[in-house]
Amino acid sequence: MRTPLRDSAADAMKIVVVGGFGVGKTTMVGSVSEIRPLSTEEVMTEASVGIDDASRVRTKTTTTVAFDFGRITVSDSTVLYLFGAPGQERFWFVWDQLFAGSLGAVVLVDTRRLEDSFYSIDRLEHHDMPFVVAVNRFAGGPSLDAVREALDLSPGIPLVDCDARERQSCKHVLITLVEHLTRLYV
Amino acid sequence: MNRRPIDRESPDRLYTVTGGRTRADETAFDSVSLIVSECEPVPGMQSEHVKILQLARRPTAVVEISAELRLPVSVVKILLRDLLDTGRITVRHPSAGATAGKPDPDILRQVLVALNDL
Repeated sequence: MRTPLRDSAADAMKIVVVGGFGVGKTTMVGSVSEIRPLSTEEVMTEASVGIDDASRVRTKTTTTVAFDFGRITVSDSTVLYLFGAPGQERFWFVWDQLFAGSLGAVVLVDTRRLEDSFYSIDRLEHHDMPFVVAVNRFAGGPSLDAVREALDLSPGIPLVDCDARERQSCKHVLITLVEHLTRLYV
Repeated sequence: MNRRPIDRESPDRLYTVTGGRTRADETAFDSVSLIVSECEPVPGMQSEHVKILQLARRPTAVVEISAELRLPVSVVKILLRDLLDTGRITVRHPSAGATAGKPDPDILRQVLVALNDL
């Protein structure tokens, strides 16, 4: 059952949760969303030139990236969309199409696969997109200090523990991000 | 309507839906632009246009239309362009795009309050 926005809704904002497969992005989105998370896809079409020339075999290739999203009402006029997005390389080709203008990002990290996060952190820095890093704690694992060192995170980037299944925990991660944004901009 | 994932669809269907166009004016719609119908569907209208006009009786984000129609976001933007050009929809653009990456402090405060209330 679809839950429409209010008629007064006039402004939508975006926060993106980036992370590797199985790290808990969809779980985090679902934990805080007020609607059942929806999923959809984006395509990046390359080499679409030459389509008028029907005599030639088209060599068009299409990259498809799936992502999901949920929603949080901010006020009568404002709504916040929370996206879960895969951090793999091909995803970054559609970043500008989908996520230009985002308030910021959460990099969700599994300490057993820290290397999955290197590329996402690098791309977010490249896009000048403010972010925080959240460790989805499955069982023990290295300390936050050790994670900070392994990810080579600068001291100004917030790093927190979380449990993506817990609403209060995910809420804390998002609040950490918005407080970080407030410090950056105000 | 075909309910299979887009990945397994023939690209020809997407080609047909958009009349062969592969690109919308990227600046016309953000992925979270809110779309509002300005009229009811009329007979003979392309089925995707009909669905969009029905969905957007209340403000509806581009990504939500994409999820409901099971079409990629960029394909939905092309369909929306047609409806915008003919005055059948209006668009409420996100304010964040207009301020070049610097969110309004008031908006950030509102977001904080909303998150605290979760």
